[in-house]
Amino acid sequence: MTVHRVEVRPSDTAGDPKGAAVCATATAASLAATPERVDTSAVYLLEGELSTDELQQLAADLLADPVAEHVTIGAAEPRGCQLIEVHPQPGVMDPEAEAVEAAIEALIGRPISVRTGRRFDLHGINAQDANTLALRCLSNPLIHEIHDAPHHPDAFEHGHTRDVQVRDIPLCDLDDDALQKLSREAHLFLSLEEMRKVQAHYRTLGREPREIELETLAQTWSEHCVHKTLKATIDYHGTLPQSIPNIEPGESGALRIDNLLKRTVAAATHTLMAEDLGDWCLSVFVDNAGIVAFDDDTAVCFKVETHNHPSALEPYGGAATGIGGCIRDVLGTGLAARPIAATDVFCVAPLGITNVPDGCLHPRRILNQVVAGVRDYGNRMGIPTLNGGVWFDAGHVGNPLVFCGCVGVMPRDRTHGDPQAGDRIIAMGGRTGRDGIHGATFSSAELTDTHADEFSHAVQIGNAITEKKVLDAILEMRDHESGCLFSAITDCGAGGFSSAVGEMGEHLGATVQLERAPLKYVGLTPVEIWISEAQERMVMSVPAEKVDTIAAICADHEVEWCDLGEFGTEGAELILNQGDVEVGRLQMDFMHNGLPDLVREARWSEPTIDQPAATNEVDLGNTLKALLSHPNIAAKSSIIRQYDHEVQGRTVLKPHAGVNAGPADAAVVTPVRGSTRGLAIANGLATGLCSDPYHMVTAAVDECVRNLVCVGADPTRIAILDNYCWPGCDDPDQLGALVRASAGCHDAGIAYRTPFISGKDSLNNQFTTESGETIRIPATLLISGFGIVDDIRTCVTMDAKHATHALVLAGDTTDRVGGSHLLQVAADAPGNRALPETNLTTGPRTAHAVANAIAQGKVYAAHDASEGGVLLAAAEMAFSGGIGLALDMAAVRGELESTTVACFAETPSRYLLEVCPNGLDALAEAMGDVPHRVIGTFDDSNRVHGDGIDVTLDDLHLAWATGLGL
Amino acid sequence: MDFMARPKALVLTAPGINCDAELCEAFDLAGAEPMPVHINRLARNQHWMDEASLIGLPGGFSYGDAIAAGRICAALIRTQIIDGLHQAVARGVPMIAPCNGFQIAVQTGLLPNIEGRDARVALLHNDSGRFVDRWVKVNYPESRCVWTRGLDVPAGAHVLPIAHGEGRFMCDSDDTMAALDAAGQIAVRYAADDDPNGSQGLVAGICDHTGMVLGLMPHPERYLHWTSHPTWTVMGDLSGQTPVGLAMFSNAVQHVCAAEQCTA
Repeated sequence: MTVHRVEVRPSDTAGDPKGAAVCATATAASLAATPERVDTSAVYLLEGELSTDELQQLAADLLADPVAEHVTIGAAEPRGCQLIEVHPQPGVMDPEAEAVEAAIEALIGRPISVRTGRRFDLHGINAQDANTLALRCLSNPLIHEIHDAPHHPDAFEHGHTRDVQVRDIPLCDLDDDALQKLSREAHLFLSLEEMRKVQAHYRTLGREPREIELETLAQTWSEHCVHKTLKATIDYHGTLPQSIPNIEPGESGALRIDNLLKRTVAAATHTLMAEDLGDWCLSVFVDNAGIVAFDDDTAVCFKVETHNHPSALEPYGGAATGIGGCIRDVLGTGLAARPIAATDVFCVAPLGITNVPDGCLHPRRILNQVVAGVRDYGNRMGIPTLNGGVWFDAGHVGNPLVFCGCVGVMPRDRTHGDPQAGDRIIAMGGRTGRDGIHGATFSSAELTDTHADEFSHAVQIGNAITEKKVLDAILEMRDHESGCLFSAITDCGAGGFSSAVGEMGEHLGATVQLERAPLKYVGLTPVEIWISEAQERMVMSVPAEKVDTIAAICADHEVEWCDLGEFGTEGAELILNQGDVEVGRLQMDFMHNGLPDLVREARWSEPTIDQPAATNEVDLGNTLKALLSHPNIAAKSSIIRQYDHEVQGRTVLKPHAGVNAGPADAAVVTPVRGSTRGLAIANGLATGLCSDPYHMVTAAVDECVRNLVCVGADPTRIAILDNYCWPGCDDPDQLGALVRASAGCHDAGIAYRTPFISGKDSLNNQFTTESGETIRIPATLLISGFGIVDDIRTCVTMDAKHATHALVLAGDTTDRVGGSHLLQVAADAPGNRALPETNLTTGPRTAHAVANAIAQGKVYAAHDASEGGVLLAAAEMAFSGGIGLALDMAAVRGELESTTVACFAETPSRYLLEVCPNGLDALAEAMGDVPHRVIGTFDDSNRVHGDGIDVTLDDLHLAWATGLGL
Repeated sequence: MDFMARPKALVLTAPGINCDAELCEAFDLAGAEPMPVHINRLARNQHWMDEASLIGLPGGFSYGDAIAAGRICAALIRTQIIDGLHQAVARGVPMIAPCNGFQIAVQTGLLPNIEGRDARVALLHNDSGRFVDRWVKVNYPESRCVWTRGLDVPAGAHVLPIAHGEGRFMCDSDDTMAALDAAGQIAVRYAADDDPNGSQGLVAGICDHTGMVLGLMPHPERYLHWTSHPTWTVMGDLSGQTPVGLAMFSNAVQHVCAAEQCTA
């Protein structure tokens, strides 16, 4: 068949902002040479029989705009001195091509294959520099082809069909070495103990495992799916600030913790539920997201995931499929929730670094692309991304962290699914391809895995519109007039069909016809179909009589679906067929309960603290500006503004607050249209304290609670999530740090009465350079939280509102500055280098007192003092509201010896409140015995001033607004 | 009081359209009965357009905005339901098309629809090359648009939210721009000091020559409640006033009710 080529470029009068953006990106990337000008064109390759008239009509009516674009059939003459074309590699998801294919079929009535590409005509640059530009700014060789001439292939590559083969993997007679070799070479990633367990099982059965069975076990038993480290038995040698209930020292003196997650994070939740939160927590830890009650009729759920390794290699696709997967988790919670908000937190290396190890992308590129991925996916899904943060640390050069969160809302009678024997297994959404098995790419000449790429599973591109269509269809099925059309639903994430069907059919068994899955291209083996992690797929359990209705809804929404088989087999077996051939048979019980229990050693020794020999008080104004422009603290507006944070029309408090758009503490949305009941969403992250993960975690919980309380959330109705990202857990020290962190989760969860409802872990984030150096991320634990706001009209923002009002500091400051941003900008600043500790008695009490004062309407603005300390938070309030501030430095200092410490220490559990002067007595009543004092007065000076400081609001705002440099 | 049926507001959805729920809420709060309908179902049930008193083309990323924003949706509308939409316009049905809806409307010929001219306009990539979400200052020139009548009256009317990557307005010729201006078809402009995308003539929204069809890049359907305003916590108690987004929809619903002599 013929391949036609069509090029579309902006007319001269229309201008080419995309071309200008390429120049700007090249400049920001500090390339040796940058082009003077770039002209961009869209390239469409159409394979199929098209008459000249049809081609011209498609070009004119569909591919080009008559007002603003030029169209060329074939390739236009070069316009610059170099030409670069970037095309997705064959087999890589090309969402635009899929949409164009569907549109052409609708318009001309027959299918045409489409591929897209981008053409760049570069002016004022030589060939070598153009190639560098292509590699650094325009493409990623893992997923793209780069051409230096117009690409016009004679034909597209297509797959080839293959005969079904059922392979036995001889295992029963292997010794330990051979078992380990098999695990490694077959990419099973199973330990020797696990391989032995599998061997013993098959010896009992008296046969060898088939390939698909072994792959299924490897998926089901993977760290990603069962969290075996966090659930392992751990012998912990070290101290804990508080004892963990029901854990005693064993004979060796070590604490034996059987199932760390259950004993700490989950135990906190179950303790709180047994006390008084049992009616509020509707589903914890068991589903794709945790669910709590919102009002009498409605529930809300929250899930946060990481997508770290994919984002290191292909940041755009990695982040997009990260948010896409998290949205699917919410859609696959209970009987489907409607996603109403998204969050994102990124941890990357500093943008200014020049020395990036081979095999790593520059952090600027990673951050830009990660933001673009979340933007393009979240915006297309119509889900507002409205809270997050960015943390910079050199340890992230090889392992950026990408946390994506999603909040959903559902009727309370749709919070639990229950698959039934006899239900059909319905899969819907994206087609199944080799994504996540042997890479998103495949060689056209040979569809077998000839160049196994160890990173392959990571590289995927998402198609948001496929997922949006699935979302629309599923919600229609959930809310169908005849009742919910499915009895259970889950998403296809890690492990693909094997995990989704395996989990839903755990107690029922299932018979699966793999040949029924719609494929992206021919030639997939049954194993590949079964374990593919192709995006945008959901699996439902559907009563047979409802399948026709499901089919009609799918047709209207242009959603592909298939009937993969049936739940329910004798003895709860999983039976996998390809046509008439049985390719695998497994006992669900062995899959889900066969994993051997491990005992692992963990140890913790207190970090040593080096106190400085000599210290100096800092210049308050300059230090304040330096901290405001610290990238962790500086404005994230250049990121936030790229996200649609208002789609759905529910957003009450946005990421920015005040007339000068300052940094809001938390976002607030209205899950129920027409109701004034709100939901506040925030994060807590205290990686600066990672030298003791216990204090890091308690501070993060405290910060998350503070953020929520500051906007008006009810502290008795806050639920939180834990996301661990650890450098590794192979050595006892790192595992010991993990135990400390988990103990922190337990103690803070109980103290703040904030149940954990969901969590996730990513426990291998270290990078080995070519020279053998290991670069580790700092131990990181993100706390995400949401809390109920009784009436959004009482919400408070952080920007100062009125001159003459008093600024009140609630909570005490200690002399500890370990891990603070102050030490990053002034290493010889005064202060005790020990880490600040969260007081788990006064911290919650302060949160409740502040919430009480806000609820009584005493507070005009509230802001938490965290990174950068009290002076920084006060300055943010002032410039965000455009209101000057006179500080009483003696009051700021209080009992402390050092003004520097008083201004910039990052002691947890402190709040800044704007209060009307004649409301101070009422405030005192609301605060009870919680320490608080007036530290300043807002005024008309347009400055932040006091003894030792005098800076204009404009200077402060400028430092904050430009600090990120993105 | 005579309670007659609320006028029906047809809200079109399509793959990737994602501002339909708030558009329905807007019609509902303004006194109309929103009827969301998927374009594929509408194509099979064209009479639904005949029964509509108002029509909304919502924002979003129809078909992923593949090729260009709104391009594929516009192509499908042109081949499937454009006659019904033209008939509705001829009947005097008010139609609103925010953001992606605007991009679709200019590519289906529903806009600019200048009397006696075969003119075209386009909405191109923002001059920044980036998607942007923020509230922008706007004003409402004297125009024949039914949706924007009297909008300088409500407090807080000077801002509306935008969220788009392809909103740069461009006419096929200077004559078209002059004709739009002369005919009173420029309904919304960005303030000169707050242009978010480099639009020709600072145009943020236009209407057709009947004044019934409004296309605009800002999202009035995201400004139905005072608590949506970016600085509502600074502004004091505004609960007694109508947010300008809602006022637009009330204008259209009242126009329909006056014409149909029903009560909203």
